[in-house]
Amino acid sequence: MSEAVISGNYAQSYAAKLARVHVVSAYPITPQTSIVEKIADFVASGELPAQYVKVESEHSALQVCISAAALGARTYTATSSQGLLLMHELLHWAAGARAPIVMGVVNRAVAPPWSLMTDHTDSISQRDTGWIQFYPESNQEVLDTTLIAFRLAEHPDVRLPVMVTEDAFFLSHTVERVDIPSPACVDAFLPSRSREGAVRLGARGRLGSFTGPDLYMEFRYTVARAMDRARGVLEDVEAAYERATGRHHGGALPTYRVDDADAVLVTMGTATSTARAAIDAMRARGKKVGLAKLRVFRPFPAREVAELASRVDRIGVLDRSFTFGAAGAAFTEIAAAAHDAASKPILRDYIAGLGGRDLAPSDLDGIVSRLLKADASGIEWYGLKRRRAEVSSWPA
Amino acid sequence: MTRYETVEDLPEVPVAEEPSESIRTAGWRTFRPVIDRGKCTKCNVCWKFCPDVAIAIGEDGYPVVRLDYCKGCGICAEECRPLAIEMVQEE
Amino acid sequence: MARLTIPAEEYLRAGHSACPGCAATLVMRYLLKGLGPRVLLTVPASCWTVIATPFPTTALDVPMVDCAFEATGASMSGLRAAADALGLADAIVVGFAGDGGTSDIGLQALSGMLERRTDGIYVMYDNEAYMNTGIQRSGSTPQAAWTTTTPVAAGSRGKAEPKKDIMGIVDAHRPAYAATVNVAFPEDFVKKVETARERSGPRFLHALSPCPPGWRFPPEKTIALGRLATDTNLFPLYEVDEGRCRITRKLGRARPVQEYLEAQGRFSHLTPEETRSIQADVDARWARLLAREAQS
Repeated sequence: MSEAVISGNYAQSYAAKLARVHVVSAYPITPQTSIVEKIADFVASGELPAQYVKVESEHSALQVCISAAALGARTYTATSSQGLLLMHELLHWAAGARAPIVMGVVNRAVAPPWSLMTDHTDSISQRDTGWIQFYPESNQEVLDTTLIAFRLAEHPDVRLPVMVTEDAFFLSHTVERVDIPSPACVDAFLPSRSREGAVRLGARGRLGSFTGPDLYMEFRYTVARAMDRARGVLEDVEAAYERATGRHHGGALPTYRVDDADAVLVTMGTATSTARAAIDAMRARGKKVGLAKLRVFRPFPAREVAELASRVDRIGVLDRSFTFGAAGAAFTEIAAAAHDAASKPILRDYIAGLGGRDLAPSDLDGIVSRLLKADASGIEWYGLKRRRAEVSSWPA
Repeated sequence: MTRYETVEDLPEVPVAEEPSESIRTAGWRTFRPVIDRGKCTKCNVCWKFCPDVAIAIGEDGYPVVRLDYCKGCGICAEECRPLAIEMVQEE
Repeated sequence: MARLTIPAEEYLRAGHSACPGCAATLVMRYLLKGLGPRVLLTVPASCWTVIATPFPTTALDVPMVDCAFEATGASMSGLRAAADALGLADAIVVGFAGDGGTSDIGLQALSGMLERRTDGIYVMYDNEAYMNTGIQRSGSTPQAAWTTTTPVAAGSRGKAEPKKDIMGIVDAHRPAYAATVNVAFPEDFVKKVETARERSGPRFLHALSPCPPGWRFPPEKTIALGRLATDTNLFPLYEVDEGRCRITRKLGRARPVQEYLEAQGRFSHLTPEETRSIQADVDARWARLLAREAQS
């Protein structure tokens, strides 16, 4: 193990190198660029003997990975925002073709208007595609989660692609002290990927046939089943990682000071770190508040959410994206999971921090304070600048 | 051939490996080629141009139509220089 | 008994779902005869997606990885990268796409594959329209041809625009080898495939693929029509081998293009003037090709 002060982006680069990926293919987009620049350095110097395919678009980058994975190669790519949206068709393809690709997604707002800043719309809007999704809050967690992602993706009961996100600039470009596991440690945790791909040179086999209404549904079920199995496999993989490195990041929904809480805020990504500080400050003032970090968005931790909902009267969800015509995605899924809780908690959706709007400790304090005072479920756009209030539409 | 009917029958990764010969395309045709061995010079042109791999070359060198697969396109009859192939309507 | 003029080994299986008389099957058949079994094939959305038959069967004895419509070139680069990383040195990566998937939606990925010098053979089988979706025009549809989206009516005389010059576009990328091939000339076809196999780097084959339902001619005429396409100089057979251009079939006197056009329902509306215009265009392109060959 070595200690380094590195950005979240470089944490992914080091993880890809330690994972001994066979094929990397990527297209530049701010703020992902330094991930693949660092990987290019590793390949050029010989530290990472991988094939680096420099493509002419993100759509092509993901196709390179899918086809390479079909033959049995371990693959990695990274993107953000518009690049991820351009890949959309192939995100579905990667999951349906059971390609265990690991992809870094630096969460950046989508255009128009143009913005380079933190926003979860890009990855959240891909939640239907069959990719496992993690939302780390620190550079250490980014590195650890990327290594975990390879083993999870390639597990025979899973065989699904995995996205490891990073909040733009907060993680991607901000440096932190990170422990980088040694190559020997990672080799023991992550064995070299077996050469067994979906198709083999010299053998008959077609990956991607069309199929009729008689079997299509059953094929889709196999993907659903794999995503479901990923829950249990993730627990095992993270336990193995803890044995290897001493670090564990708390599973799908790590909680903080929720045991006697009157209100719990659910956050994703770097807002979690700030929220934790705000929770501590409010506790010091006698407020009984707690935090739950939605670390794994897919597969959605419905059981853990239902359990939390049965113990708490108020749940607030900080969504750093919004599904037009509906509500924040995390809120919607939490509401569904909390639906059958014996005590029906008040559920509030706080749309906040879009397009890189800063979430300071005072903002998190403000959100939790509003949650404590709420007398009904609903949505609010926290911190929206406007002069006149309008009739809000959900749930009226 | 394996029967694929339920989730349990499906491979985890959707790869198709069975050869297509289990699909007999004979029912597609309206006409079938009939080869007159008296005129056939064993030039192999019919074998060469068959899009359906439905003409094989027998051990004696004469072409043999694989009637399970022939779709009756008529290319063989059209290209046969000695005019040894006639397209005959199926009943 | 005549000896075979092309290899005997088959990698295409019977039972496939192609239309009767489909040339695209012969393109694949001759291609694989020339390349042998160590092929890694990638195929985008196209007729061949359907021809290969539905799950659980496949009509090929080589592995086939379906890819997205736009992405054949990228898929080839992915297979090549994986083959190289996994030590499969003798693998031949082949992309097999239609004209729409190559010169329209797939043009970016093709250009990328050529520019980054992916070691593989890209084969465009050209039936001159989006045939799998029911005969809609593509950039590769010839001028004046009827398609469902370029109908013949009061205000429309088939496709208004000329056919995209895919060999010209590929040529601008300076591939290791590029050639036109025609199912009506299997020996020339296989010979070019074998030459391509011997080269390394990005290679491209433009295969004419006459289509009975799309071009409106009876299925038994596929080979005869392919022959006419070349013998009228409309689809010349040539190769550009490491920059040197060589025409591989020359008749002393070309047949009039009218014979080719008259044989297809998609051109049945042509006036004598339109036919003359097409003849002039064919003659001009043939002259340019001869000049290029002379300079090679």
